[in-house]
Amino acid sequence: MSANPPRVALAGNPNTGKTSLFNRVTGANARVGNYPGVTVERQSGFWRLPRGSVELIDVPGAYSLAARSAEEQVAVRAIFGLDGEARPSVVVVVVDATQVLRNLYLVGQLLEARVPVVVTLNLADEARARGVMPDASRLAAALGVPVVPVSAHTGEGMAALADAVDTVLHAPDRGRAAVGWRYPPALEADVTALAARVARGEPAEARALSLWALLSVDEEDELRDVPAEVRAEVTAVRQAALAAGRDVEMEIVGSRWAWLDALDLRTPAPAGPSWTDRVDRWLLHPLWGGAAFLIAMAMLFQGLFTWSDPLIALVEAAFGWLGETARGTLPPGLVADFVVDGVLNGFGAVLVFLPQILLLFLLLGFLEDSGYMARVAFLVDRAMKAVGLHGRAFVPMLSGYACAVPAIMATRTLERRRDRLLTMMVVPLMSCSARLPVYTLLIASLFPADGRIAGIVPVQGTAMVGMYLFSTGMALVAAGVLGRTVLRGPKVPLLLELPPYRMPRLATVLRGMALRARMFVTEAGTVILGCTVVLWALLTFPREVPLSVDYDAARATACAQAAPCGDSVATLDAREASERMAGSWGGRLGHAIEPVLAPLGFDWKIGVGLVGAFAAREVFVSTMGVVMGVGSEVDAGSAPLRERLRAEVRPDGTPRYTPLVGVSLMVFFALSAQCMSTLAVVRRESGGWRWPAFLFAYMTVLAWMSSFAVYQLGRLLGHA
Amino acid sequence: MVPLSSLALRQPARIVDVGGGRSFRRRLMELGFLPGAEVTLLGVAPMGDPLDLELRGCRYSLRRAEADAIGVEQHGARAAASPATSSA
Repeated sequence: MSANPPRVALAGNPNTGKTSLFNRVTGANARVGNYPGVTVERQSGFWRLPRGSVELIDVPGAYSLAARSAEEQVAVRAIFGLDGEARPSVVVVVVDATQVLRNLYLVGQLLEARVPVVVTLNLADEARARGVMPDASRLAAALGVPVVPVSAHTGEGMAALADAVDTVLHAPDRGRAAVGWRYPPALEADVTALAARVARGEPAEARALSLWALLSVDEEDELRDVPAEVRAEVTAVRQAALAAGRDVEMEIVGSRWAWLDALDLRTPAPAGPSWTDRVDRWLLHPLWGGAAFLIAMAMLFQGLFTWSDPLIALVEAAFGWLGETARGTLPPGLVADFVVDGVLNGFGAVLVFLPQILLLFLLLGFLEDSGYMARVAFLVDRAMKAVGLHGRAFVPMLSGYACAVPAIMATRTLERRRDRLLTMMVVPLMSCSARLPVYTLLIASLFPADGRIAGIVPVQGTAMVGMYLFSTGMALVAAGVLGRTVLRGPKVPLLLELPPYRMPRLATVLRGMALRARMFVTEAGTVILGCTVVLWALLTFPREVPLSVDYDAARATACAQAAPCGDSVATLDAREASERMAGSWGGRLGHAIEPVLAPLGFDWKIGVGLVGAFAAREVFVSTMGVVMGVGSEVDAGSAPLRERLRAEVRPDGTPRYTPLVGVSLMVFFALSAQCMSTLAVVRRESGGWRWPAFLFAYMTVLAWMSSFAVYQLGRLLGHA
Repeated sequence: MVPLSSLALRQPARIVDVGGGRSFRRRLMELGFLPGAEVTLLGVAPMGDPLDLELRGCRYSLRRAEADAIGVEQHGARAAASPATSSA
């Protein structure tokens, strides 16, 4: 019995505090996965009831069982135990005690399907404070099933809820009751006929599934696994009804609401506008609301950037120390290189994302749980709609300026898969902070420091601002194009609920944050670690490469000639590293792709830099340092590296890296998918390699064509 | 009957008819956008779209295009024969 405990499903409308309740009863043992076939999150955990534990499944929030997309269909599958899901023995419906009527629509659907139900009135403390708390015993009498008032926040009612679920678990009929709503006779006849022809199982469930199909199935739905004969039957029934001048939707939904309204549960609304309404007069005000929005987003952005910085430095310092310690312990050679540059570096590459992921999900958690996230979508919807993006895509897009990895994880805030994918496909075009060192290096090396456009505007500053505007513009254009081509789908109109403002609970937010971090490390992290090791090997092997000088002998000679020989040894080390990298597979790859890169103005050295930058864009700088023979200990401000870049010449003696090459390279960096971590996290969030492969392909093509256009146009205009 | 977006702010009106694409119309009706229900336009987003609506004590946001498929009548201007069906 302990191996396979009974299953209980937790269902309810969005914004009912369902997740808080889930967290409250399962404690720290939740597991996260995806529902098969769709990237809808599936949380499960164990809940101790008086007579033993049950497995509790968190069903995605839904206003109704009726569905038009595969994502919405998940609730139906989980509740009825379809498609590989075990059937739950009890369904706990979380009802917002401040919004009982609308929530009871879903309860009615479950009663209609004869599913054993326990209704729980969550947010009871808030409902009482506002004077809108319904009488639980009256409601229980009206519905015929247990109704338990609880507050996931305060913990009120948890024992009573566990008792009620336990009771229904062992006596399922205590949770079953006939729903009170009645349909017109013509519809009853349709449902009965449909149930007899297409549905299996016991009569009540067959009837409920027929009603579900009648409301959900149509020509343009995106449902999965609906048998063709069901589609045909439903279409026939609907068309017959239409021909008879009937409105099937109105018959079903209108009848249900007629019963809900007749329950007369409406408590007298408190006099005067609510707290939420008063706040919204400011926060949604055309002027003040806009200002508040800008301040909130600026703080989010600033927080992501500045607060994460010291933490990132800390992670980097920790791994630097670990690397040095390992180097000190291990004998020098291949093993030490593998451990330090391959494995430790790989772990560092994974963990370095944690500060931004933790911070973004902390801030996101507060935005979501307070109710402001829905307002953000409301305020920006008009602008986002212009490029085919959902209003909720705004925060992930904004986060993309910091880093695409947490930003792509944040696309979970979007409900529709198509919206999520579209956002994931364009977020990596936003100029992330890892591109900044590359821009800085190239601008500082290749553009005149005191240059002015038309004598006033500084060249270097303009170039930097230009890159940010360019990347933003390209992201918006790409969203418009992809949304009309690759990710074209039926238009789904906006329907946002603006929930009441609520004080976010730190525990809930922290838990969500820890969950994301854990998922990133365990799922995307392994891919990133593997890629780091592969890249290390690419730039390390083969070990035996022809060298122009016997560096060991040269170092010995240098030290024999001058007493402090550290500087000359360092120079020789850097030159040797440069030659070794040139001879490595990565270096050969750089050579091999040179013909492809030449029309963009790049040589093989940049090619090697691009290979190295796949680990993370900023690695371009240190890879260039090695290739250029100035060592890997360089940053974007390194004077020797800048000098070397300026000093490189073509065979004819003209500078190789001109401002035009710089612009071309920056355009390439702005648009290409030079980041294995982004691809790893897209794989995780989209559930396969298809979308990361597409992302890499389209961004690389876009980058190549844009750089080609820039470089060739520049040459036509007489630039070198 | 007038389209929803033409309502005066904060003046409750009664829904007369719900139209629009099938699945979206169904979703609206399930939330209680039904003939006879009272709806209030609370505001409009800064760029002129979408709308901020109140229905049965809940707040929803719809774009004008879809909201205008919902026909309403302001109180006092009630037509003699309303096509309201089962729900009151």
